[in-house]
Amino acid sequence: MQKRTILAAFLLAFGLTAQAQRFFTRDAKVQFNSETPLEKIEAVNKSGTAVFDAKTGQMEWKVLIKSFLFERALMQEHFNENYMESNRYPSATFKGALMQPADMDYKIPSVNKVRVKGALTIHGVSKDIEVPGTITIGESTLTFQSTFTLSPADFGIDIPGVVRDKIAKTIVVKVNATLSPMNK
Amino acid sequence: MKKTLPFLIALFFGPFLFAQDENGDLLSLLGEESTVEYATASFKTNRVVNGHSLENTAAGVLDFKISHRFSPVRNGIYDLFGLDGATIRFGLDYGITDRLMIGVGRSTKEKIIDGFAKYKILRQSAGKRNMPVTLSYLVDAQIKTVKFPEEERENYFSSRLYYTHQLLIGRKFNDQLSLQLMPTLVHRNLVLTRAEKNDVFALGAAGRIKLSKRVTLNAEYYFVLPDQISSDYTNVLSVGFDIETGGHVFQLHFTNSSDMTYKGFITETTEDWFFKSAEGKSMSGIRFGFNISRVFTIVKPRGLY
Repeated sequence: MQKRTILAAFLLAFGLTAQAQRFFTRDAKVQFNSETPLEKIEAVNKSGTAVFDAKTGQMEWKVLIKSFLFERALMQEHFNENYMESNRYPSATFKGALMQPADMDYKIPSVNKVRVKGALTIHGVSKDIEVPGTITIGESTLTFQSTFTLSPADFGIDIPGVVRDKIAKTIVVKVNATLSPMNK
Repeated sequence: MKKTLPFLIALFFGPFLFAQDENGDLLSLLGEESTVEYATASFKTNRVVNGHSLENTAAGVLDFKISHRFSPVRNGIYDLFGLDGATIRFGLDYGITDRLMIGVGRSTKEKIIDGFAKYKILRQSAGKRNMPVTLSYLVDAQIKTVKFPEEERENYFSSRLYYTHQLLIGRKFNDQLSLQLMPTLVHRNLVLTRAEKNDVFALGAAGRIKLSKRVTLNAEYYFVLPDQISSDYTNVLSVGFDIETGGHVFQLHFTNSSDMTYKGFITETTEDWFFKSAEGKSMSGIRFGFNISRVFTIVKPRGLY
């Protein structure tokens, strides 16, 4: 009897959120590369977090700058120390929403082309971006994929003359994340 | 009643709580994930000037070092401020793991070959694990391969050997300032006189101040505890700049030692920065020197992508 009242109380308290279907991940993969004739730079972060609200189409992403891994340790150090200043600006965030959230039925597996609009904050500088992507609806998960380009200059990332030929003006960013339901 | 109270609270406030995040912070739903954040780049490279710094060569990375120490600058333009005479050390350092590194080197002075291993016992970190300092242990052996002065005498190979044990305790206080202390023991198998100790204890102190993103000011001093070495020898003080340019670190410095091996700069430094000669003349033992470090990634980290 006691157990049932507890259960009932729980359902009452949390029942509201069960409808607002939210998805999340803590191991979103965010990759970027910079390619110039002189140098190819590639880095990957496999521990990004993301939360997506299917009802409203809103989403938030966050990656720790220090969690980007490079093939060359020195590049990683310079990335953190000289360019991203990761002690001052430890993370990059994106806060945005799908542009046509109502078009999708999250119960039926399918592949959907989407556009996402929102504010991307890197190196303490916010910029509104609009990027294309796909959302693959699976049995119980959502897979987000997107490829877009960014320019370091837009985020106040200073690249000195001596390495200007080694770092591309536009950086290609790839995002791949599989989100699971948040409240079961 | 006691048991039902929390549920009543949940009943009342639950909907409000969720209503609040409806229009905002989705990420806060996840709560803060705590990670361990290790302090990195406390120094630009694994040496301060002559001795080691808190930093290690990263795993799979080979660091090629070319170092020079010139003659004292006091003779001026006649020998180009000491640049005419140089002692040279070539070295290779390699990171086996992010915590363990090894290295070898050869110096022109006394044709010394040195080899060392350095292990990070503690790593300064914040976040999930809070560790205020980095602690490293360094063991270094030096073999003097120059011919014995009296070859006809019975000479032992062991007389060529020197060992150094060093603890490096330090902290990166902020982006600009890092400080470290280095209690050091230099063991010399053979010494000149009975008064000189085989085991020499010294306490080193070093630090760096970051002047800009790519330039730091370093200083390093080793204090040899009294009554261990001949009074002909003095303590080594070095001040220099680290300039980092992509794959290289240039360390340009002023020091009063011509040695780049532990037994040399700790126990055999002959002239102070400023001293009086036997004739009472004011002189300076300051020398110019540099280390150039170039890193190569030999083993790429696995499973990156």
